[in-house]
Amino acid sequence: MLNLETPKKFKPIIHQAHQIGAEMFRPISRKYDRAEHTKPVELDMLASLMDGMNASGGEGAGAGKLKQDAGGDSGVRNGANMTAVLGMTELCWGDVGLALSIPRQGLGNAAIAAVANEEQLKRFNGRWVAMAITEPHAGSDSAAIRASAERDGDDYILNGEKIYVTAGERADALVVWASLDRSKGRAAIKAFLVEKDRPGLTLERLEHKLGIRASDTAAFRLENCRVPAENLLGSPEIDTSKGFGGVMQTFDNTRPIVAAMAVGLTRAAIEETRRILADAGVHIDYRRPRTHGHAAAAKLMECEADWEAARLLTLRAAWMADNGQPNALEASMCKAKAGRTAVDTALACVELCGSVGYGEDELIEKWARDAKILDIFEGTQQIQLLIVARRLLGKTSSELR
Amino acid sequence: MTDKTRRMDPIGLGVRALTRFAGSPLTARLKLHGPASALIRSGAQVGFGAVNGAGRQFKAMRNWTSSSRGSRPPRQDLFDLTPSDEQQMIAETMEQVAAELLRPNAEAAEAAGAPSPELEAQANELGVLAMAIPETLGGAMSERSPVTSALIAEHLAHGDMGIAVSLLATPSVALLLTDYGNAAQQDAFLAPMTADEDAPTASLAITEERALFAPHDLGTRVRQDGGTLRLSGTKSLVVNGSRSDFYVVAARSPEGAPGLYIVEAAAPGIQVEAQPAMGLRAAGLSRVRFDDVALRDDAALDLGEGDYDCIIASARAAWCALAVGTATAVRDYCIPYANERQAFGEPISHRQSVAFMIANMGIERDGLRLATLRAASRLEQGEDALREVQLARTLAARHAMQIASDGVQIFGGHGFVKEYPVERWYRDLRATALMEGAVLL
Repeated sequence: MLNLETPKKFKPIIHQAHQIGAEMFRPISRKYDRAEHTKPVELDMLASLMDGMNASGGEGAGAGKLKQDAGGDSGVRNGANMTAVLGMTELCWGDVGLALSIPRQGLGNAAIAAVANEEQLKRFNGRWVAMAITEPHAGSDSAAIRASAERDGDDYILNGEKIYVTAGERADALVVWASLDRSKGRAAIKAFLVEKDRPGLTLERLEHKLGIRASDTAAFRLENCRVPAENLLGSPEIDTSKGFGGVMQTFDNTRPIVAAMAVGLTRAAIEETRRILADAGVHIDYRRPRTHGHAAAAKLMECEADWEAARLLTLRAAWMADNGQPNALEASMCKAKAGRTAVDTALACVELCGSVGYGEDELIEKWARDAKILDIFEGTQQIQLLIVARRLLGKTSSELR
Repeated sequence: MTDKTRRMDPIGLGVRALTRFAGSPLTARLKLHGPASALIRSGAQVGFGAVNGAGRQFKAMRNWTSSSRGSRPPRQDLFDLTPSDEQQMIAETMEQVAAELLRPNAEAAEAAGAPSPELEAQANELGVLAMAIPETLGGAMSERSPVTSALIAEHLAHGDMGIAVSLLATPSVALLLTDYGNAAQQDAFLAPMTADEDAPTASLAITEERALFAPHDLGTRVRQDGGTLRLSGTKSLVVNGSRSDFYVVAARSPEGAPGLYIVEAAAPGIQVEAQPAMGLRAAGLSRVRFDDVALRDDAALDLGEGDYDCIIASARAAWCALAVGTATAVRDYCIPYANERQAFGEPISHRQSVAFMIANMGIERDGLRLATLRAASRLEQGEDALREVQLARTLAARHAMQIASDGVQIFGGHGFVKEYPVERWYRDLRATALMEGAVLL
């Protein structure tokens, strides 16, 4: 039965996440925006709380527990993916940078959940794992990464450079993407779990950024860094017919999560702007055509409409994952729509609120800075459009480049 | 009008509607055997069960729009994008109707200012009208579902928006009378719609001819003249205006509130003239003038608190559903063209500037569709939907229009000439942002 309302069973998790966003993140939001690279110690307590939530309910609000559901029974499921999307929306309504800094909820954890085998799941349980893909010369074009992994007895030896590792300083381990054989292209790229204390792994620096300053963004060098062969996630075979295979599939699950971050931030900006505009005497009347009211109200309504579309596209992608339906197209659609909506909305809100929006007394200018990364990481706007276009047009990546 | 239908047993009427559908040569020609027989099976199971409880079901149907009035349809508390089996069958049927009847006749209907009588008869034979009339009154509607109505509007508009609007005008009045008509009004105006011959056509007239028109500020008024109500004013862009047998007109009541009044076209003091517009030319858009027209005693629909808002919202949501269908038509039409059209030695779809337009068509069309279905499902569940409808309408006004504009752009000069339908979709889709009334979910 068609129903696009959020089910009641999610009320407790949404409420919990919202309370964290409102009572923990918002009050310290500006503090860690200013104190870049300072570890938000308040989040340590939160980690225990989230662990408790995960243990009791089985489904936390973070990205750590994602797994494509097999969808065995015939009934409709609203499961882990939808939970994660709804929870992340609320956390990022609070603060995106702080949400990214919650221990043990990293995207590396999502990759492990998606592709690790039972033994690895057990061994890596309880770790905070960051994702290390990007290199100085390879961003969107992840097939061009140069980091190498060479088999040596029971180990792999990793060499290369990784940048833009979210939570890289604070995490316990990294999921490092490296190639077993650069001549074999995408299929040879594998993911390796590298513990932070492995000799040969060096944290080079932390970046100074436009936004999400509460979240540390690290650069690493891998110099003959040795990891046991059991730390390779997924299959060690180079199957050229499968391309990226399991590693890329992680994104089908994590893109809706990043879209959810954008959905949360967008809502924060809209709500705050509505409040500020109301103080200025501008109110929104949903009964009247939007072109009849104040131009500021009309603009905000357009933002809200785009937010609604982004939100529903995101829930659809999560719902499909929960029900075992392939969702690569829909995951990219929601990421594209939510990413650009966050940027457009937050920037519009700064403009609508004038000096109130631009100044540091309110958080709107901060959200406008934070928003930009949401249209870049986990696949830029342009990469998402390429994926969507290829799917709709039936084109390969060599035809539509 | 009351004498046009003879009294019949409700089950008999239901059987007649289904038989007519199943026995239609069109059903075979349009390869509707599967969906049709399944529809009939479900009718036999669900529909006739409901007939026995006709009195109660009628009350429930009247209550769907208001959260303050009694029972609502049962709600499944899961986020779910799966249509019911019945909705799936109806959608497939309408898809076929759109592809086989509407799309091929779009040009001719636009030129004629109306779909041909044959097309109209065929569409109604396949259930377009019957599905808007309760089984108890001889129709094929087993439950009052705005979501189902949205799916019907969407799929018909995939064929052609102008024809879809024309075909849905009378069914929309039927839905209105189902929800708000009293027994006498239903008997007089709704029941005759199921007649085999001479069934009345009707139109819901809300829009008035001025910039910044809002349905709550009506220039059309009803005054009390002794014991008679009299209607004066002008309605604009009235669908099927010149061939409607009666209108339901939005007008300010003698008490000053917006109300809806049934007005027979034959009443003295009504003038109709064609009002051709940018698009929707198959919908017979007309200007209808009411000059102190004497109304029947029971002309006013009995609207409760919030009902008028709800009807306006339902109409706007219906326009969104139409926009989804036409935007889908643009997307589906552009994809093969972009893949076939060669420029600089390769298909134009190999260029990001073109491919990204297609990607955005897909993304924004899907976003609009989900927002529209959410609005429809809230209407169905009796939840307040004014905000959700306004958001969907805002998406339709901006993004469906952009899709149409990009559709013409991708075709270039070919898009600008009438050889291809994209220019028509461009003209039609502009309407969705400004039309009030005419169609309902």
